[in-house]
Amino acid sequence: MSSIETVASIPLPLRGRGKTASAAPCSGGPALQRITPVSSAGHGIPRWARRLSGPLLLVAAWHLASITGVLPGEVLAGPSTVLSSAAKLIATGELQEAMLVSLRRALTGLAIGGSIGITLAIVAGLFRLGEDLVDAPMQMMRTVPNVALIPLLIIWFGIGEAPKIALIALGTAFPLYLNVYAGIRNVDSTLVEAGRTLGLSRAAMIRHVVLPGALPSALVGLRYSLGIAWLALVFGEQINATAGIGYLMANAREFFQTDVIVVCLVVYAFLGLAVDFTVRTLERIFLAWRPAFSGA
Amino acid sequence: MVALTVEAPAAYVAAGQRIDIEKVSHQFELEGEPLPVLDEVGFSVEPGSFVALLGPSGCGKSTLLRLLAGLDHPTEGALKVDGTVVGDPDPSRILVFQDPTLFPWRTVWDNVALGLEAQGILKSSRHRVDKAIELVGLGGFDKAYPHQLSGGMAQRVALARALVNEPRLLLLDEPLGKLDSLTRLTMQTELVKLWQEAGLTAVLVTHDVEEALFLTQRVLIFGPRPARIVADITVDLPYPRHRGDPRLAELRREALGHLGLAATW
Repeated sequence: MSSIETVASIPLPLRGRGKTASAAPCSGGPALQRITPVSSAGHGIPRWARRLSGPLLLVAAWHLASITGVLPGEVLAGPSTVLSSAAKLIATGELQEAMLVSLRRALTGLAIGGSIGITLAIVAGLFRLGEDLVDAPMQMMRTVPNVALIPLLIIWFGIGEAPKIALIALGTAFPLYLNVYAGIRNVDSTLVEAGRTLGLSRAAMIRHVVLPGALPSALVGLRYSLGIAWLALVFGEQINATAGIGYLMANAREFFQTDVIVVCLVVYAFLGLAVDFTVRTLERIFLAWRPAFSGA
Repeated sequence: MVALTVEAPAAYVAAGQRIDIEKVSHQFELEGEPLPVLDEVGFSVEPGSFVALLGPSGCGKSTLLRLLAGLDHPTEGALKVDGTVVGDPDPSRILVFQDPTLFPWRTVWDNVALGLEAQGILKSSRHRVDKAIELVGLGGFDKAYPHQLSGGMAQRVALARALVNEPRLLLLDEPLGKLDSLTRLTMQTELVKLWQEAGLTAVLVTHDVEEALFLTQRVLIFGPRPARIVADITVDLPYPRHRGDPRLAELRREALGHLGLAATW
């Protein structure tokens, strides 16, 4: 407490110790002035450049290790080889095709798993009977690692597309279920009462109060689900894939093409990044009303 | 009951609802034990008048308001509005809470519009939304979100959201309780104006003696829980009133006496 009082007693122009102290002394009254922290005041090199230097150094070290032979190509191909094989894969169209196949798998799985998760969450969230019937089995099943289900999925669905999509669907259903359900149950009860005094019907209450109130939670669930969709995709594509990034990787493994494997890993990373960006954009659009959301 | 010397403008008087509360008792359950909050409370409110329910915190006056709104139903007795027993909540009698309880994902305009939207008449009555926002002095803030508003502004939106339904009974549950004292004084004057213009029946729950006397025509004083009416004071002063009016000071002394606080005067 005493530190606050001390600050308050210092004359205004002295408060910002950095550049702002000398700039524009306040002309009477407690007018607001922007105080820039000393750390971000800048030391010549822009912050983004400094942040970028770490990864660049890493790549440089990698390159150095591979051209000097410290890191043999069979263990890990050098960055230049990786780049050229990426260019080759893009030129032949193999990479784009594989990406499309993988992306479609992930999204199909997410669509199926997500709709199941959201539907069950709404049933369990809105109706007490639904909660009694749905919640306990869901809570039980969510603790089973879904990768452990792969043998069972292969027996059920064979080794085609179905088990891969089923694995992704299984993985994505739970985070969405848990978060949408929690979101519905955590809707502010005073808002529900306000809705009642306005004469909202049950359907209108769900549409205008309960579902919008659950949306922030639902988007958190979507983010988790997308993360898991990616993980499940990588596992799923190890099951006898005939197309997709996983197939590309499995092939490369057969021929010790570490460069292609690295390209595939980078592609997985970028697809994940793209999906995260999509969710952030959705949040910016749908949660603009939230004071806590300060922009992506 | 002494006839009131002040009345709402004649043209509107018919618009307000009449309230008859007959021997209403209510109890909650607290850890399995019954907790009586209202004990055979009975009174009537003339259509178009402004009445305050005054009492110590937790005495059950807010419960009474919730019963009137239809959010809860009494354990015993009957609440009638215009002769009909109160059923489920209805936009003709609207409760304004101590917190604004605005829907954070809706703009000011959309918050005010929700009642009409729910009734399916928004398309033909968009002007009513504009008018209500104008009425509470928030014109130009249509597109603001609740988190961008100050406490006083948010409470005005809550009032507009109630008034847009053209209620005939406005139930105010300490609507100014959480505002800073200056905003509070301004809003008190505005509440009187809104009541006069809308010509509805208004019931205000408060534990602020000055507020009750300054705003309303009649102050019902409740004792501690379980609540029963200990006094019925008629505030025989015309509007606009002045806070320094010696008559208000006299009434204040009387009210504090009924609340067991005469010694502080």
